[in-house]
Amino acid sequence: MTEDLANFSLVAVYSAMAIYTISFVAFALDLAKRSGDAQQAPAPSATATTGTGGAAVRGATRASSGASGGSTIVLDRAATSTTTVGPGVGRGDASSGRGTSGRRRGSAFERVATAMMVLGLLVHVSSVVTRGLAADRVPWANMFEFSLTGTAIIVAVYLVVGRFVDLSFLGAYVMGLNLVLLAIGSVNYYVEVVPLQPALQSAWLVIHVLVAILGTGFFAIAAGLSIAQLIQTKREQARLTGLRFMDTLPGADRLEDLAYRVALVGFVLWTFTLIAGAVWAERAWGRYWGWDTKEVWTFIIWVLYAGYIHARATRGWRGARSSWLSIIGFGAVLFNFGVVNVFFKGLHAYSGL
Amino acid sequence: MARSSEPEGRGPVADDAADVTDVSADPLRPSDHYDSAPARTPGDLGAGSADVVQPRLGLVGYLRFFWRQLTSMKTALFLLMLLAVAAIPGSLVPQRTSDPNGVVQYRAEHPDLFPVLDKLGVFDTYSSPWFSAVYLLLFISLIGCIVPRTKHHFDALRSRPPKTPARLSRLAGYRSVTLQTAGGDTDSALAPASAVERARAQLRRAGYRTQVFGDSVSAERGYLRETGNLVFHTALVGVLVTVGVGGGFGYTGQRVVVEGQTFTNALVSYDSFNPGRWFQDSQLSPFNLTLDRFTTTYEETNTDALGQPLDYTADVTATTQSGDTSEHEIKVNSPLSIGGSNVYLLGNGYAVDVTVTAPDGTAAFRDTVPFLPQNADLTSQGVIKVPDGLSDQIGMIGFFYPSAVETGDGSGILASSYPDLLNPVLSLNVYQGDLGLDAGVPQSVYSLTTDGMTEIAGASADQPALQLSPGDTVDLPDGLGTVTLSEVKRFASLDVHHDPSQLWVLLFAGLVFAGLLTALFVPRRRIWVKATETDGGVRLEYAGLARGEDPTLARAVRDIARTHLAGLGVPADVARDATSDDDPADDGPTGGGPAARGAGPSARPTGSTSNDPAPSTEAPGRAGRRI
Ligand code: HEM
Repeated sequence: MTEDLANFSLVAVYSAMAIYTISFVAFALDLAKRSGDAQQAPAPSATATTGTGGAAVRGATRASSGASGGSTIVLDRAATSTTTVGPGVGRGDASSGRGTSGRRRGSAFERVATAMMVLGLLVHVSSVVTRGLAADRVPWANMFEFSLTGTAIIVAVYLVVGRFVDLSFLGAYVMGLNLVLLAIGSVNYYVEVVPLQPALQSAWLVIHVLVAILGTGFFAIAAGLSIAQLIQTKREQARLTGLRFMDTLPGADRLEDLAYRVALVGFVLWTFTLIAGAVWAERAWGRYWGWDTKEVWTFIIWVLYAGYIHARATRGWRGARSSWLSIIGFGAVLFNFGVVNVFFKGLHAYSGL
Repeated sequence: MARSSEPEGRGPVADDAADVTDVSADPLRPSDHYDSAPARTPGDLGAGSADVVQPRLGLVGYLRFFWRQLTSMKTALFLLMLLAVAAIPGSLVPQRTSDPNGVVQYRAEHPDLFPVLDKLGVFDTYSSPWFSAVYLLLFISLIGCIVPRTKHHFDALRSRPPKTPARLSRLAGYRSVTLQTAGGDTDSALAPASAVERARAQLRRAGYRTQVFGDSVSAERGYLRETGNLVFHTALVGVLVTVGVGGGFGYTGQRVVVEGQTFTNALVSYDSFNPGRWFQDSQLSPFNLTLDRFTTTYEETNTDALGQPLDYTADVTATTQSGDTSEHEIKVNSPLSIGGSNVYLLGNGYAVDVTVTAPDGTAAFRDTVPFLPQNADLTSQGVIKVPDGLSDQIGMIGFFYPSAVETGDGSGILASSYPDLLNPVLSLNVYQGDLGLDAGVPQSVYSLTTDGMTEIAGASADQPALQLSPGDTVDLPDGLGTVTLSEVKRFASLDVHHDPSQLWVLLFAGLVFAGLLTALFVPRRRIWVKATETDGGVRLEYAGLARGEDPTLARAVRDIARTHLAGLGVPADVARDATSDDDPADDGPTGGGPAARGAGPSARPTGSTSNDPAPSTEAPGRAGRRI
């Protein structure tokens, strides 16, 4: 039974990878198509939307409405009915960035890619769930399971955040990252289902590790946004030509805002991970902090992101400079997982390898 | 009052922020914070600073300059980065505190590198002078940053919201709506004063601090954001101080307890003991613990994990000072709390009951000797020293195999194949000679110095190592006597840990987290609602200003406008149309201004408002009059 479930889980994860590959290719084609779009309708600035007719019209409407005095409402007290008139509202909301570019209408490639991503995630989740059932515990107790669940969460975070802001341009990044991590996880880290060693038998395994994975998901998206921001900054400074598809992305400022907000959520989750880890360490090892290698790296990552948050508030560091810290921070997260777990000696001997 | 279209980007708000707002109530930030006024001289934070940038500073001037540098954002950032980097070496080489054996091994493997690294203190990274210097500087900077900000924030908490700026239209989320009554009568609800009052009450209910300035209300909320930030940073100091000072009052001690043995919480009964700086013996609360039973469970069916430990349970009887006894279970992840201390189960292994008998039948040695586990299958090693009672001193280095198997190469060498007692065998290498106990040098009970001794049973002796199963008695070589293995028992390695500061650390960590959440997710913003009288109605303007990261500001202004309009009698759907912007979620992808949407027979389009919204120019013949 256990073996059947574990085998199903493995089949499912390979299937998910196949579907993700389709999604990745479609996202890549979408980016290629964006290059074409951008060429056809050269946008005045990188913040503008794609050159669809609708956007131009909207821009014009907005300009005239901006010059107007807002709406007028006529109240008919007797009949308690009302009329609004006027061409619109004056807009002073220049800082929100929202609505200035509107939501880009996705290409067919993008729709296929997103659909495949969702489908892939469903299969992926079934793999995670069956692995958990096979092991009869949470499916994140060794490196294989951590990769399996973590990648599913990265996709889920991407899809959830994508419901609030348009992240379709990051689809290729997310899928690419996911495929690499999943491939390494299921080829290099695979272990059969084994029971939990006594040190891991704790409710904190559920909380501490899950929150750490969630934080990782947010950091991954933030790093993608920061990379896009860096490229966009270079282009806006005209130091980089080519990559026409970047025209269809939000401007560097907007990307920076997004990256920052996503990273903040990650930072909060990471702070919790750190505290929860200390509480667990006190329970399991009799001390809440002992500079174990894994503790050290969790701390380093936390400090790096605190630095990132500070950098964004420091004159001369806002913008491209601070975004490097977000990327380095995520690099440290990957290092903490991929290298510290495997090659560094410490109490956190849960890799299962 | 030209109201041209808004330029794109964040320019207008940021650039005009200074001319439209009073910043005195804003949080105090270091001068190189991006939000601080940039024109000032470096390091200028207020009074008496003009002389600071002069070349001849004098001692006080230098100190002040230095202090400002130390408490700037750039320094904080630099020190944070330095802290991250400084923490790395400690993860690359073993640390004396957490892995002393690793350090010994490192020394053996890198004899040339070791002394250099050791000089640099990398084997004690986290207590090394350079690491300490980084975090201490950081925390001095932090305190230097918090103190003035806290004082400033206390004042700001009592200040009133700033005056309404003259030009609201340049601010975030700006919208204006003109309300007119049919027939042009003056509707008292639509009098500017009452509209403003209504807005004030509404904002107040929503948690804003409000102040009416003539025809407008100025409101501010989110002081909690700065409070959270200060709590966060202050709690970081709290964590550092409680960790640093608090540990000094506690102690940790280790003790190996064999089944049946009783451990008394007194200094002498510990195998090792690490007192804090201010520890006193009297802090050891007297209690006794008897290890009644130690139970292990190993995986027996899963072929991928045969012999993997599934559970360790120590059943103990505790006796407190008052003589109360109680029975408890100690497990990994489930320590026993007793007498203000916690007792943790951190290890286990086998202990052998060995008796060495002289040829005349008297017992020369009789003890239960704990053997230290060497691997997952619990091959264990221990030492037995028999200084007296035999014709010569003997020492024995023993290996214990809980499930002994031959290694298969015919050499007769044993190994353990499973951690449980399936085929327990004790193998003893016997040495004869001087144990060196009289030299006065303290010796570990787990090691034997064989320098002055000859091996009389074992690999390099004539006779092979002695092998015993429980119950066996075998002869020592040369008629020295006999050895009996009567029983094999389990031992538990217990850690007793007392740290009175732990709860404080947790409290501050909780404050760090709570402060962080508040600081990051409570928006600090200002909202203005302005009502100006028009011909037969009132013109309402709404605008907001973010103080810090505030992605939902525009939406908040919109919602406030809607609620306010609804309070003035505007039906919800009309209010929604009148205040909506191009948000696609709001009014569909086509955007544009809200179309005239009647709500009944008397709803008639009234034409566009003029381009200049000033009340005086409202045309007398405007459509509204007709109703
Ligand atoms: C132990 C070292 C420090 C850590 C871990 C740390 C961490 C953080 C974090 C996570 C934030 C964002 C949360 C918030 O807005 O409250 C923040 C904000 C801030 N920190 Fe620190 N900090 C440290 C030291 C300092 C120092 C030394 C200063 C003074 C120069 C400082 C000044 C600030 C300021 C002004 C903000 C607000 C930034 C903004 O407006 O967005 N911090 N800090």
